[in-house]
Amino acid sequence: MNVLLLLAIPLITVLAVLIARNKQQVRWVSFIGAAVQLELALAFLFMFRNMRSGGNMSSILFEKNYPLFPSLGINMHIGVDGIAIAMILLTSLVVIAGVLVSWNVEKMTKEFYLLLNLLSLGAYGFFISLDLFVLFFFLELAVIPKYLLIGIWGSGRKEYSANKLALMLMGGSALVLVGLLGLYFTAGNTFDLVAIAKTSISPATQKIIFPLLFIGFGVFTALFPFHTWVPDGHSSAPTAGSMFLAGISMKLGGYGALRVATYLLPEGAKQYADIIIVLSAIGILYGAFATMMQKDLKYINAYSSISHCGFVLLGIGMLTKTAIAGAVLQMVSHGLMTALFFAIIGMIYDRTHTRTVSEMGGLMKSMPFITTVLFIVGLCSLGLPGLSGFVAEMMVFVGSWERTGLFHRIATIAACMSIVVTAVYILRAIGSVAMGPVKNSVHGTLSDAGWQEKLAAIILIIGILAIGLAPNWLVDIVKPGVDVIITKLGTVVY
Amino acid sequence: MNALFTIMKHELLLTLFLFVIFFFKLGKGMRNETMLSIVQVLLLVNFIAGFFFNTTGILFDGMYVSSDVTILEKNILNLGIYLISLVCSRWLNQSHHLPEFFVLMLAAQMGLFFMISSGNLLMFFLALELATIPVAAMANYDLEHKQSSEGAVKYILSSAFSSGILLFGISLIYGSTGTIRFELFATIGQVSTLQILAFIFLFAAFAFKLSIVPFHLWTADVYEGSPVATTSYLSIISKGATAFVFMTVLYKVFAPLMFVWNILIIILAIATMVIGNIFALRQNNIRRFLAFSSIAQVGFILVALVGANTDSVASIIYFVLVYLVSNLGAFGVASIIQSATNKDTIEDYKGMYQNNPFLSWVMALALFSLAGIPPVAGFFGKLFLIRAGASSAQYWFIIIAAINMMVALYYYLRVVRAIFMDKNSTPLQPIALTNTEKLGLIICSIGILITGLFSPIYDYIAKVVQQF
Repeated sequence: MNVLLLLAIPLITVLAVLIARNKQQVRWVSFIGAAVQLELALAFLFMFRNMRSGGNMSSILFEKNYPLFPSLGINMHIGVDGIAIAMILLTSLVVIAGVLVSWNVEKMTKEFYLLLNLLSLGAYGFFISLDLFVLFFFLELAVIPKYLLIGIWGSGRKEYSANKLALMLMGGSALVLVGLLGLYFTAGNTFDLVAIAKTSISPATQKIIFPLLFIGFGVFTALFPFHTWVPDGHSSAPTAGSMFLAGISMKLGGYGALRVATYLLPEGAKQYADIIIVLSAIGILYGAFATMMQKDLKYINAYSSISHCGFVLLGIGMLTKTAIAGAVLQMVSHGLMTALFFAIIGMIYDRTHTRTVSEMGGLMKSMPFITTVLFIVGLCSLGLPGLSGFVAEMMVFVGSWERTGLFHRIATIAACMSIVVTAVYILRAIGSVAMGPVKNSVHGTLSDAGWQEKLAAIILIIGILAIGLAPNWLVDIVKPGVDVIITKLGTVVY
Repeated sequence: MNALFTIMKHELLLTLFLFVIFFFKLGKGMRNETMLSIVQVLLLVNFIAGFFFNTTGILFDGMYVSSDVTILEKNILNLGIYLISLVCSRWLNQSHHLPEFFVLMLAAQMGLFFMISSGNLLMFFLALELATIPVAAMANYDLEHKQSSEGAVKYILSSAFSSGILLFGISLIYGSTGTIRFELFATIGQVSTLQILAFIFLFAAFAFKLSIVPFHLWTADVYEGSPVATTSYLSIISKGATAFVFMTVLYKVFAPLMFVWNILIIILAIATMVIGNIFALRQNNIRRFLAFSSIAQVGFILVALVGANTDSVASIIYFVLVYLVSNLGAFGVASIIQSATNKDTIEDYKGMYQNNPFLSWVMALALFSLAGIPPVAGFFGKLFLIRAGASSAQYWFIIIAAINMMVALYYYLRVVRAIFMDKNSTPLQPIALTNTEKLGLIICSIGILITGLFSPIYDYIAKVVQQF
């Protein structure tokens, strides 16, 4: 089975959406496309596991290499390892949930689903590419669909948010581009990730290139202080757009920071590790405290995304096996969780036409399914055991605690404290929205979730529970990939 | 005798078609539409015939040089004039002097071809004049508007001045080296200060034609005043050809002077990109906007020039091709809207998507390509340029180029936003496109979409350039 299928299916869906004749056809075509993608991702997952348990210990599976621009050293080098498989699974889950949640979009439905599928194409391509040029191509591919999705179908200050998002992400990509070119020339005119990993790059060069790459990718993952695009961008986006932005797009940065910056430039990573830890700890705490001040449900989730994505970068910065594995798990877990949260907020907004917490109350009476899911996602956010958030955050903390220096211990404790703050804002917001007296009498007569929304929520909850209750299937897949990175990192002073 | 016809085939074909158009004009009075269709067929034949029966060689004792690279460059420019005749057909049909326009354009094109193939300074100067003067007449073609005449006068005066400076530089070079032949310059042993001075004068002439800052002041007014067909010709074909010649002259002829022009180009590239971007940010007229954006694009070509190896050559040729289809898409849409509704500010474009979806998507594709966003060809073009420039290992320079890409995205997105997102109570009415316009825009769109993803195109260019 060729990993290119993961690119072919979204492309075919795009073409099929183009020739569909009415809105119903567009929706069902997209749904079938997303379902096929999910099935593909699961198939790859099972094949991956079988190949691993069958004894295939090579670090990259399903590897294929097609020449693209041989004179420049660019090839379509694709393949997956454990981390990539986890991210592909995440992408497919979020995409199908996004397609389902957007069922009732009436304005320019065809273009909406077209852009959504282009986004998923970009994400899949990013995760399977092992050539830096192709990786950058897919990273940039997503910029225009995001801009158009927010600008046309968004709400609030959508043009401003779309502009800010597009420009800041482009700025991050510009830094990544310079870093990639630096890697290209120091490693002998090749863009191939595997080949570059084998060459040794001098620590002085790494010191220059690593910050470019890490900050560039960090902009995507809301690295403090480049996180300013997140609140407006996520909140002004349409529901599926927010799900995709927070669920997948922010993980592009984390994956890039791990695979490209840390894996290829280990000396640089070690030199800058302390700064990364400081910035991510600040991001975690700042995100958490800023969330407490928010009155709009979407802004609450957006700032909490900054906080949770800080854990990803903190795990990477700690440079231990458990911490990095925890970072990967946090990427998957947070992706599912925040996608679900945005989906629920979208469902609530469609019915109550408000996102302000103080204007809503007692929704449990009229929307039991939606509020139950709201509780589940809230508890996942604050790390309740049994849900995926706990597993990921626990791994990051345990891994961080392995670093015994005073500085690392302080950073870990500071990050841990954010859980308390998370608990405060989650319980306050969700509690007052779901329980208590009904604030607006109209809310008492609203309809609960339709079949599409229920299906979307259930798919994501299954993912969250699967990781939360029995995480070892995911950790076993991810660990060999993390081992490769740790080996390249060499010894880290504990 | 045979060698003369096949080596100079492109120019001779242009001359032939020029006279054919003349004879058609002198015959019975033809309707504009018929004349235009005939011209389009002629230009298509010209483009296709450019690929067959090509011979490389040297003519007239070194004055005229034809190699695989020059043939490739001329074919790309032939595609350009064919597309201009397609997408600007609405304006051309309304013009009172249609055959003369094409006579002038083919004459200017001949000048550009001779410039690309020139082997000594005299031929180069002659060709430059042939490429400039007809375009001044073309710039004046909107005879009812005073702005057109203003643009034409500005253009002819500025180019005459720059030609004067060029001549002075040529005379200094002849005086200091004793030769006007290109291939003999590279063998200069010691470089004297007089030669550096002469080179600066030559450089100024090129910089004028390429609209490099600070020689760019004529660009916005001339582009705004001229009809869109002339603006497309000036900004795309003329600039593309000058970029080709500039490349050849710098790499082959003035190679000993690399220590002079390397740092000069770095500084001017930064200035061009920055000034082009800053001014494009504030433009409202779509033609001035495209003019300043083309200045910034030339800045990117300069980034690649710093690399000074065959990769730079390949990436510049590739970028000119990509730049051609992208800009022709954008100018084509602007021309159609201008001719149909007489509106050419970004304000008027607001809400265009409601009534004109095809035009909106073509414009969006063209703007994305100009901005350098995947998956369209502009991404590959810009990236290869920056890669070629980065081989000189000046990272701060590349960072500035990458940041300018980001700034450029902002003003391209302004137009996209106006078309797709802004509300307008009086959006442009639905414009019915003729078949030729649709054909032209579709060719541009296909070019934008596949030139990047279809890698054999770049590989072919890279292979040809190996013989540079």
